[in-house]
Amino acid sequence: MVPLWMYLLVAAALFCIGAYGVLSRRNAVVILMSVELMLNAVNINLIAFWRYLTPQNMSGQAFAAFVFVIAAAEAAVGLAIIISVYRSRRSVVVEDVNLLKG
Amino acid sequence: HGALYLILSLFGAAGLFVLLSAEFLAAVQVLVYIGAIAILIIFAVMLTRSMTRLSEVFNRQWWLSALVAIGLFVLILVGVILPVFGSMDTASVAPNVATTVDLGVALVDGNQYVLPFEVASILLTAAMIGAIVIARDNE
Repeated sequence: MVPLWMYLLVAAALFCIGAYGVLSRRNAVVILMSVELMLNAVNINLIAFWRYLTPQNMSGQAFAAFVFVIAAAEAAVGLAIIISVYRSRRSVVVEDVNLLKG
Repeated sequence: HGALYLILSLFGAAGLFVLLSAEFLAAVQVLVYIGAIAILIIFAVMLTRSMTRLSEVFNRQWWLSALVAIGLFVLILVGVILPVFGSMDTASVAPNVATTVDLGVALVDGNQYVLPFEVASILLTAAMIGAIVIARDNE
């Protein structure tokens, strides 16, 4: 069995890569992909903790299942918004969506 | 290409789940994430292709984001992971694990997680309706 901190390391690395993608990319679809990557990292974290600390109690896996559900719902709605914005503004670059800017 | 690499990393995460004895979640990951969400992302990439080559891929503060991301990673590693979990020995991992049957029971048991389960289904329905309404072409 691999030590727990290796799984946590992988999850933290994925989370930080996703955070970098969210903060530094201009394409809205890529930002959404990075958000999914961050949610994936959180899931890896949850399952690793569940397996190593409380493998009898199903809370960890149930929580991860609900994170899956939330991620799927948010990806669907987010992509619908991106497609709708593209249809009216003809651009997926987030810096171009600046109607509210003062 | 980014979407294809995302699919690759989602497969990798599914492999990690199998290693962690969470086989049902590994299957769910492959089906839901890769089969649905990644395909949706590829559709979105195909539908929003007016700019086949963006002038700038990264925005103006990419160095600051890199700094923040690396700083966060180092902070998590040094502050949380290594001090708290670094000394945990692998021999104390319990060999008997709850199985997929227990997950199914937990999701419908009245004392466990049936309420979040039902709320999650309502959330999925609402998200589906919302996505259809938002992305619909108003003629």
